[in-house]
This record gives sequence, structure tokens and C-alpha cells, in this order.
Amino acid sequence: MSARQRILARLRAVRSPGNGPAITARIAAHPRGPAPAAGGDRVGRFRERAQRLASTVAQVARRDEVPAEVSRYLAEAGLLPRLVCWPELRDLDWAGAGAHALFRPAGPSDPVGVTGAFAGIAETGSLMVISGVTTHATTSLLPETHIAVLPASAIVDTMEDAFDRLRREARAWPRAVNVISGPSRTADIEQTVTLGAHGPYRVHIIIVEQA
Amino acid sequence: MDVKSMHFLRNARKALADPTLRQALRRTEAKFVQGRAEALRELDDPAAVRAHATAIRDEVLARLDAWLEHFEAQATARGATVHWAEDAADVQRIVIDIARRHGVRKAVKSKSMVSEEVALNEALEAAGIQVVESDLGEYILQLAHEPPSHIVAPVLHKTRDEIADLFAAHHHQPRQTDIAGLTRQARDVLRPHFLSADMGITGANFLIAETGSVLIVTNEGNGRLATTLPRVHVAITGIEKVVPTLEDAATLLRLLPRSATGQSITNYVSLLTGVRGVHERDGPEHFHIILLDNGRSRLAGTALAPILRCIRCGACMNHCPVYQSVGGHAYGWVYPGPMGAILTPAYAGLERASPLPDASTLCGRCAQVCPVDIPLPDLLRALRRAEHQALLRPRRERLLLWLWRGLACHPRLYHGLAALGVRLLAALAGRRGRLSRLPGAGAWTAGRDLPAPAGRTFHELYHRGRRP
Repeated sequence: MSARQRILARLRAVRSPGNGPAITARIAAHPRGPAPAAGGDRVGRFRERAQRLASTVAQVARRDEVPAEVSRYLAEAGLLPRLVCWPELRDLDWAGAGAHALFRPAGPSDPVGVTGAFAGIAETGSLMVISGVTTHATTSLLPETHIAVLPASAIVDTMEDAFDRLRREARAWPRAVNVISGPSRTADIEQTVTLGAHGPYRVHIIIVEQA
Repeated sequence: MDVKSMHFLRNARKALADPTLRQALRRTEAKFVQGRAEALRELDDPAAVRAHATAIRDEVLARLDAWLEHFEAQATARGATVHWAEDAADVQRIVIDIARRHGVRKAVKSKSMVSEEVALNEALEAAGIQVVESDLGEYILQLAHEPPSHIVAPVLHKTRDEIADLFAAHHHQPRQTDIAGLTRQARDVLRPHFLSADMGITGANFLIAETGSVLIVTNEGNGRLATTLPRVHVAITGIEKVVPTLEDAATLLRLLPRSATGQSITNYVSLLTGVRGVHERDGPEHFHIILLDNGRSRLAGTALAPILRCIRCGACMNHCPVYQSVGGHAYGWVYPGPMGAILTPAYAGLERASPLPDASTLCGRCAQVCPVDIPLPDLLRALRRAEHQALLRPRRERLLLWLWRGLACHPRLYHGLAALGVRLLAALAGRRGRLSRLPGAGAWTAGRDLPAPAGRTFHELYHRGRRP
């Protein structure tokens, strides 16, 4: 008998009486648990929570204002405008904003990665980023600075809302779904929080009001 | 990892005499206890979230076999390979096989308590595979050749000066004591390992049956690097970690980081499903998930079954007066604190972990703060009963218990002796009203005085008070 058969046999032997709803029915229903009350200004709540987790947040009216905001942010942080971007941002006028942008996956020596985001989660001020052929996972991970472009319309209340949208919209389930809440951090040494562990030191979120 | 739990008393004495450790434990307690309380207030109704989380865990455990089979089918359909392991030796063999098959020379690890449980690093190194721990705390411990002392904050027992010495000796760079600088140094040393590793090894906080995914929570980003860059990803976890759907994971995620570190959410929550797709530029080409039993299935259906709900937040140890006094190493295995005092005997055998169920005051704080409502003191009591029945406690203790039971079954004798005892103790204490030494209880009075009884028993006073 294999380990699998032995483990399953032991579990089956003590299974509780009564079967409850079938597993497939339970998954199809996917009921939600209690969540904190939402309501009110969703974008404002997202901003406030994101900043609490040490992300910085800017808001622009239109998508074509993004390159100028990226240049402004990098100049203010004292960083060079050398960007590695997701291909979906190729149509923007980066050169016009004085930035040098490449549209390939980020490598270990790229200083700034610019991505989109599948969703923003207001409850925790988090970004939901999914991996794919043109949405490279390394771009939000390897550079020391991660800038994310987030349409205001993509901000939802809870993680459950974001997962539900993913179920509806994903053509194939993505290999990696990352919920990102601020710059990487560690408190391993003397429980003192230090920003910038293995991932980015800075996360800057640009909310675009009109998608 | 070897089980050293039978030396708990000796290790505890050593820990109590270590002022640096005591200071570190006080700092951690202040941070984690207050942080948890504040973070839980953000949930409008934390008790309702807790009840829902507990119901989710119980629902899965009631039919764990079926949920595991569903998880396996989904994970396999999306390109992962699922392995089943009875014990530590099985996991070691499976990982080494995978490594050999894919020509792995170096593995980079994200933090995993299950990998500590099965002593994976030693086994891989013996097989000629280099293993690099990448969680900052675990990396420090790998350099120091020490086991973790807390399941969430593995290196809380070390001061920054000790870490500075360790880094100076291993990194061949000038010694520095600034925490941000030490963190930067570890990042710079570890980044090339991520880029050159052939295999990433992680644990799993949850397995999602709906999608066949592995979910991991991390703060440092090392979990993401280990599951994005190397060709092969191996996730090792216990069979009890399944939850039905993404909504259920979302509920548990409202409690796990809050209970652990007082964070509303960890920096990264990574949901990993299957392998790199055609034309994709990142992610592993091979994804192996190892489901470890190691004693878990034998708990199902027993009095100890509620411990299988555990989501490894560490709140029970953060709130435990015993853990806060002696730290994690005294417990002698992977899991310390109240949950460890149950898991160690359950997984490693009661005879090898006998003093641990007794390393508790049964004050009940652990049960109060547990996010999945595990009645930890009840489980400790069940283990104490088992210890007693297996004759694992000292003869003197068993004799005293036997005598006490005899007395308790004879109320007249009990009341008579009790009345005699309180009068004797009151007389011995005299006008001071306290006893600083007591024959046969020297260990107890070594640290404090016993307030003397009032000279009359409760029963005596009660009956007198009721008389008209």
C-alpha cells in the first residue's frame, strides 16, 4: 500500500458521521465569512490603508498623466528615471516625461519596475497583481522601487471581491496571484521593523481616476 | 530535528538564568500582545470572524480525506505533482529524488516549520545539495547552527550584537550593528543565491481545494523570489492545511497575521497554482507539493483532534507565561509554547516529550487568544492523563496523587485532615502570616512565600456563617 492509500485510509476510518453538502456543491457556493463594514469612500479608504502600510499613493485624472507622475515621484526620491515596464504601458509617452522605459521582464539590476494591477483592495490597502505572459512577476519583485498603475474602477472592498472578479474574468487561472501590501519588510532582528528586506524598498501607487 | 523535550526542566533552568533571553522575551511579549489586541479591533466583530474560521477548519477536518483528494485532483489538473509522505524519511527521500531528477545543485528556502520538523536541510546537505535559508531570521540561525525559538520570530532570542558578530565572521565585511544595515547586508549576500538556485523550497500556510493552489504569507519577499526564479518549486506542508475555497482563505487571513504579529495583512500573500505557462517568462517549470502526515492522521478522531485546526500564528506562545519565562529552545523541538506542548508529544511520542504537557499553569490565556478556538488547556489535561496512565510521571508524584484521590473519596477524612492541616500551617506561620519554607515543597518556596491559611477551612467558615 502506498503512503497515499495508508494516510487516506486512516482518515476515512475516523470520518465524522453525516456527510454534509457535497464538496463540489460547497465549492460552487463558496460562502463568505464576516467582513468589516465597507461603504463610503472606497478610494479614500484604499489610500489611507495603503499609506498606513508604508506605500505612497498619488492620484491622477487620466492615464496619459501617469508618465509625468512617475518622473515627478522618482525625481523627488532622488532616483534615475530608468524604467522596466509591463508591455501594457507601452502606449504612454514616457520619453515626453523624460523617462527611459523598456518593456521586458525586470532583471536583478533594474532599479525601477512599473506594473499595472488587477485590483486594489480597500480593506487592507493592497494591490492584487497576477502573473502572465505580459504581466511579468519579476517586475514588482526584483527592482528596489515598484510603481503600480491602478485604475480607480479596479478598487474593490475586500479580498473576496477581488477573487470573485478573478473567477469571472480570468481566461486561464494565473500561475501566481500576489497580494502586495507595501514595501517588503522584516522585524526578525530585535522585532524592529525594517523596510526593504528581499523585495522592493518603495511601493508607489498611482490611482487613475478615469480608466 | 532531534527531540530534546525530555530535558525541559534542565533547559528551563538554564533559560531562567539568562538575562539577555529574558529581556528579549519581554520585548517580544510587549510587541506581540499589544499588536494583536489593536489589530483585532479593526475587525468590526472579531468573535464572529473567529467562529467562522473555526467552523471552516472543523468542516475540512471532519472529511479531510475527501478534501485532500479534491485538492490533489485540482493541483494535478493545473500542472503540479502531489506527493504523500508518511514521515520525515519519506519527505527527505522525495525531495532528494526531485532534486536528482532535475539536476538541482542548490536550493533556496523560504521559512517552513514543516521542513524543520523533517530535518530537511541536514538530509539535503548529506545528499550533496547546497541549502540556503533566505528568511532573515532562518538565515541567521543557519549561520549560527541553531534551531528556531519561535514559529514566527525564529531568532527573537538573539541580540543585534550577536548577529553583528555572526555576520562579520561570515560575510567578511566590516562589523556593523545598525539593524537596517544588517538587513541590507543579508539581502546583498542572499540575492545571488536566489538568482543561481535551481530549486525553491517553501511551506504552505493553506492549500486551496477549489483551485489546487498553495497559499503562502511572507513579509520579506523571499517566498516570492523562491517561487518565481528557480526552475523547480517544492512546497512541503501538513495534510491538515486544506481549506475549501478562496473565500475561506480570505477569512483565515483576517486572523492569521493579526494574531501572529499584529499586522492587518502580511506584505505578501502569494497564491501559487500550477507551473509556468507557454510563453511565460517567469515561474517554475516544475511544481511539487508534498503532503506530510507524520502523526497528523492519527490525531483525527481523538481527544487531541482540535489541535489540527492550528494555523501556526504563535499567539498561544506569545501569551503564555511559561513560554514568556523560558523561551522556545527549552521545549526541545520544532514547536514551542502551548501548541508545541501538544504537537511534540503527538508527533514525536509522549515518552520523548513527557514533561511538556506539565509546562503549563493552565491559566487559559492561550485558549482565549487562539484564532481557531482550540481548547489548549483541555488538550494539555488530556495529555497529562495519558502521561499518568503510561506511568511517565515520577513515582513520588503518582503516590501523592493516589493518596489525594483516596482522601478525596472519603469526605469525612478529607475534612478532618484539612482542618488539621490549616491549623498546623497557621501555627507554623505565626504572626508573620507567611511561610518561607515548607518541608517537601522546597522548590515552590524557594522563589516565594506561601501566605498562611486562616486557621479554619472554607467548609468550617461556611457552615458557621449559615447558622442562624
